[in-house]
Amino acid sequence: MSLILRVFVAAMLLVSIAACTGNNMPVGVTPISKETYGLHMMIFWVCCAIGAAVFAVMFYSMFMHRKSKGAKPADFHESTLVEIIWTAVPLVILIAVAIPAAKTLIAMEDTSDAEVTIKVTGYQWKWQYEYLDSGISFFSTLDAEHNVARQVGSGVDVSKFDNYLKEVDNPLVLPVGKKIRFLHTSADVIHSWWVPDFAVKKDAIPGFINENWAFIEEEGTYRGKCTELCGRDHGFMPVVVEAVSAEKYDAWVAENSPAKITIADSGAAAGAAVTATADADDDREWQMDELMATGEKVYNQACASCHQVDGKGLAGAFPAIAGSAIATGDHDAHINIVYAGKPGSAMAAFAAQLSNTEIASVLTYQRNAFGNNVGDTIQPSAIKALR
Amino acid sequence: MSTAAAGHHEHDHDDHGPAKGWTRWLFTTNHKDIGTLYLWFSLVMFFIGGGMALIIRAELFQPGLQLVDPLFFNSMTTMHALVMIFGVVMPAFVGLANWMIPMMIGGPDMALPRLNNWSFWIMPFAFTLLLSTLFMEGGGPAGGWTLYAPLSLQGPDSFAFVIFAIHFMGISSVMGSINIVATIFNMRAPGMTLMQMPLFVWTWLITAYLLIAVIPVLAGAVTMLLTDRFFGTSFFNAAGGGDPVMYQHIFWFFGHPEVYILILPAFGIISSIIPTFARKPLFGYASMVYATGSIAFLSFIVWAHHMFTVGMPLAGEMFFMFATMMISVPTGVKVFNWIATMWRGSMTFETPMLFAIGFLVMFTIGGLSGLMLAITPADIQYHDTYFVVAHFHYVLVPGAIYSIMAATYYWLPKWTGNMYDEKWGKIHFWVSTVFLNVLFFPMHFVGLAGMPRRIPDYSMQFADWNAVATIGAFGFGFSQLIFVWVVLKCVKGGEKATDEVWEGAEGLEWTVPSPAPYHTFEKPPAQFS
Repeated sequence: MSLILRVFVAAMLLVSIAACTGNNMPVGVTPISKETYGLHMMIFWVCCAIGAAVFAVMFYSMFMHRKSKGAKPADFHESTLVEIIWTAVPLVILIAVAIPAAKTLIAMEDTSDAEVTIKVTGYQWKWQYEYLDSGISFFSTLDAEHNVARQVGSGVDVSKFDNYLKEVDNPLVLPVGKKIRFLHTSADVIHSWWVPDFAVKKDAIPGFINENWAFIEEEGTYRGKCTELCGRDHGFMPVVVEAVSAEKYDAWVAENSPAKITIADSGAAAGAAVTATADADDDREWQMDELMATGEKVYNQACASCHQVDGKGLAGAFPAIAGSAIATGDHDAHINIVYAGKPGSAMAAFAAQLSNTEIASVLTYQRNAFGNNVGDTIQPSAIKALR
Repeated sequence: MSTAAAGHHEHDHDDHGPAKGWTRWLFTTNHKDIGTLYLWFSLVMFFIGGGMALIIRAELFQPGLQLVDPLFFNSMTTMHALVMIFGVVMPAFVGLANWMIPMMIGGPDMALPRLNNWSFWIMPFAFTLLLSTLFMEGGGPAGGWTLYAPLSLQGPDSFAFVIFAIHFMGISSVMGSINIVATIFNMRAPGMTLMQMPLFVWTWLITAYLLIAVIPVLAGAVTMLLTDRFFGTSFFNAAGGGDPVMYQHIFWFFGHPEVYILILPAFGIISSIIPTFARKPLFGYASMVYATGSIAFLSFIVWAHHMFTVGMPLAGEMFFMFATMMISVPTGVKVFNWIATMWRGSMTFETPMLFAIGFLVMFTIGGLSGLMLAITPADIQYHDTYFVVAHFHYVLVPGAIYSIMAATYYWLPKWTGNMYDEKWGKIHFWVSTVFLNVLFFPMHFVGLAGMPRRIPDYSMQFADWNAVATIGAFGFGFSQLIFVWVVLKCVKGGEKATDEVWEGAEGLEWTVPSPAPYHTFEKPPAQFS
């Protein structure tokens, strides 16, 4: 018996150590996440208790009722009473657990009276955040440095990053102390938006809008992931939320509303001025080298996941840009496939995802990189004309 | 072998051995031959599916992408599951059913022997078709074994081969199930009532009905994928008026009963082995039968617990939470009955018993994490993380796979006439069990800490436990070579087994000679009439 006891103590110790060092569910910073954590720990200890009782009886029997110790088999093989007992007792335990679980579930589903509404749209492989109250809208993509490091055989030591694969260009900014409603949908396949610290996980489904909510109690940076397999780069579309005070949030909204923050000016403080310059940019004549410089940046963020950094694609799955008939052919077909996508394939419509200059740049880049030497440019004005 | 049969049977002129040459296996209608074919097929697939698992674990050994493209990684997770479920566990159980059910019920063979031949021979073609997609342009399926639309519809043209492979596997399973039902109802020894059947026969009877009920549902779901992908329909395309969530409902209406298809025969095996080595009859036989029936019924009304994050109405989430929790009651009854069977028995711990106890302990762990997953608010945190991966591997590897290994060690002397190497059998058990826990237990931790499943690369905080799990995976994988060696050695020769083989064994299969003659029970046993 002392052996069992020692093994049991060692196992408990291991579990406790594991629980103390960030190997457990986070408690989180919303009322729901705290309730969920409480439920998780309750059911965990219930399971531990059941397990301990079951294994104690089992191992006692295995040590005591063995032939080598001279045990003679009994011949009982039925008892209606014990069958009823071990059907009824678990039922009672289940009912006791089900009541608090149901309460939390009801609270989780109550999205009424929200003060802020954010629409979260999943794309392969990024998130779009739209602040429905203020008109702010932007995409959030894996940080460019991480994106380089995570390529097969990049040779980058990924341990140098503090938050490897959990850093984005534009985090979602949210206020603390307000009920925030999320509307989830998708532009292509099913994704799932998860922030463990909020206990918010909801599938983003094309053609459907799902609801969820969070009331963040503490300022801070909270990180999560896409949790529904969504294709090649499912592992590379993190969620980062900056929770700030209500005042800071209002200031941030005022500063950014209603501009669109885009890849080209990611990191830079985007403001109302950006919209004005964007208009001017769309109309002027761009030089080849500036289109190529912007285009490469946009390509690596928006296209390289499928078509690869070298433009060679993946045979059978994603077509090559290098030597492609479309990318070296006439402008209209090339513009159209990027602008409107290709229905029934993984090729998304980028009209809503990229600005006119970004689309023009990336098209020019595709026509003049990877050995495609078409030598012409596509101007932002040509894209603007389509809108 | 015909001479061996003579010892126990009145020799009649039809009593002949197997045909000579390789056509024996191609044309055989003998339940033992077909059982053997199924079991070898399953073993080969076990190493193919296991190899895929090792590719997955090798990539996950360290953060960063070192070995494979993410798309190929996804295709490995997808194929690993399809191979393990449809190519390993299900054929192994059908193989055991073929070998054992006629002998357990005192029947001469399966009721539909030619159908039986066909059921098996579809399988190699189905899996050749499935595995060949890995070598086609665009690679194999990479949308997960659940083939969720619309992601699976983005796949390459090889997707059509995957769907046809699933159709073939389904046809094979349904025919096998029809055969098992027909055998159990028509071929029992005169006088053997249903409630006198061994529990393995009972659990297979119920499993066969589950298969007949749900395989056509899967066939329908994948056929809709096929027409969506190739013929322009919009069953699951919202832009065309379809519904991607409907796919998930249909899939899991198949998928959850499928989970029990993968475990009910295991319950039957464990219910045979524990009484033998405890030298005491199974406790609560009738309640075991009713519990199996209850689990089968509940399996049809819990499917949406796989979908708590898709956005269901509150009432739906409540219903599926409560129904799911209910499953732990009949499952608990089974575990308690097995322990009561051991209680005050006279136990010995030969390899089959070790695997049965391994099953009992680790399946219970998997069952308890299953209860945790039933709590919907908590499930929303657990869903699609490594916690779920840990859970279903605990019920499938030390659950389904261990039961198959226990069954192999248990009945191998009856099949071959030779005792296997007990020492190496035990070594196989202990090495496997240690590595298995090194492999799967840490997955609970990384899952709770926030590691999603089906990702080829992860954040630094998950690095340590992933390295540990990979070491466990390679240890577990390579220790299965011991199993192959012990089985091959036993097939070739060894200490001769007695007819009863095990001291405490009960049941008709132990009344025939070892090895079991090519034809058994041509004259039905008399003890039930």
